[in-house]
Amino acid sequence: MELDFNSEKTIFQQIADWLEDSILSGAFPEESQIPSTTEFSVLYKINPATALKGINLLVDEGVVYKKRGVGMFVAAGAVEKLRAKRKESFYDHFVASMVAEAKRLGMNREEVTALIHRGFAQEQKEETL
Amino acid sequence: MSIVINQVSKSFGPVRALNRVSVTLEEGKIYGLLGRNGAGKSTLLNVLTDRIFPEEGSVTVDGEPVRDNDRALSKMYLMSEKNCYPESMRVKEAFRWTKEFYPDFDQEFAWNLAAAFELNTNAKVNKLSTGYSSIFKLTVALSVNTPYVLLDEPVLGLDANHRDLFYRTLLSRYTQRPFTVVISTHLIEEVASLIEDVVVIHKGEVLRQGSCQDLLSQGYTVTGPKGLVEEYLKGKNVLGVDALGGLESAYVLGEPDRSSLPQGLELSGLDLQKLFILMTGK
Repeated sequence: MELDFNSEKTIFQQIADWLEDSILSGAFPEESQIPSTTEFSVLYKINPATALKGINLLVDEGVVYKKRGVGMFVAAGAVEKLRAKRKESFYDHFVASMVAEAKRLGMNREEVTALIHRGFAQEQKEETL
Repeated sequence: MSIVINQVSKSFGPVRALNRVSVTLEEGKIYGLLGRNGAGKSTLLNVLTDRIFPEEGSVTVDGEPVRDNDRALSKMYLMSEKNCYPESMRVKEAFRWTKEFYPDFDQEFAWNLAAAFELNTNAKVNKLSTGYSSIFKLTVALSVNTPYVLLDEPVLGLDANHRDLFYRTLLSRYTQRPFTVVISTHLIEEVASLIEDVVVIHKGEVLRQGSCQDLLSQGYTVTGPKGLVEEYLKGKNVLGVDALGGLESAYVLGEPDRSSLPQGLELSGLDLQKLFILMTGK
């Protein structure tokens, strides 16, 4: 993970997003331990309160839980929960901005749809490699 | 538990170095004490630790005045440019002596850290280079285990690797056992993500104190073609503008209105260094 200190996104939000991505990708499977605030803090030279704030966003969502005296763990069902959440924001995050950009470039619905088909085909090709 | 600086003033001849400064340093937080050269940062730290006496005002540590008070003073460690050890003392002897004054000084940790920094413990303290003189003092500061550690320009003369080692060691010590850290520096970019609260002093007065996050969330940056940016800025509280050819970046106080942002303009956050420069520019 690279933290972007000039981003409009806060550092703790970037940490939360990175953790979410890692849980979704299976890098941190359910019931496995995630890095501690100390590890985040020392590795990225950030205040531990910032790291804690990022992790706590996931605790509030029930994606991560605390085992007293041991550390933070990925909750059972976390992947399903995150998928549902991300699907909900998929339209706002990706579709709306894609359509807006297509309009700016004077692309019509058919051109955009064709590109989406191409994207899926490419993905399939890479998977079979 | 806190250090409370109440209405402190100090003059050197005609120069008012501190003017009615009030700052509270809470337990277990990392502070950035930020100010330009001559702003009064070092004077403030010296007043805090009873090395110089203010004309007005008071300093208390955990409720007790610091003036001639060994118990209050033993809770603070100030690392500064001044060398407080006898001229011919060697690093290893200095470690032993520090233990006399600060009973919680962790000698084993100091030795290990000295090794990590490749600090020659046989060298005389006053013969160390600028960088190693800082390293020696940092090694003591990170091993001393006082509730308050005050660092005046801690990375003076340190190369990138040593600065990295220092910041990481500081954070790892801090997360093991939180203590109050005050980092006085003009290298703002390096400490921006490390500090929780900031105290900005300018010309002997406190301009701002509070959470770093709050300070940065009070404004934003808007970037885009000059004409568009200027149109956008109308009626807004503008801190400053940087231009690069036809492109402009403006630093604005307040909340950006995302819904009415014209096409071609981009929003981003404020960074601490930029904000500091804008605040203390004149």
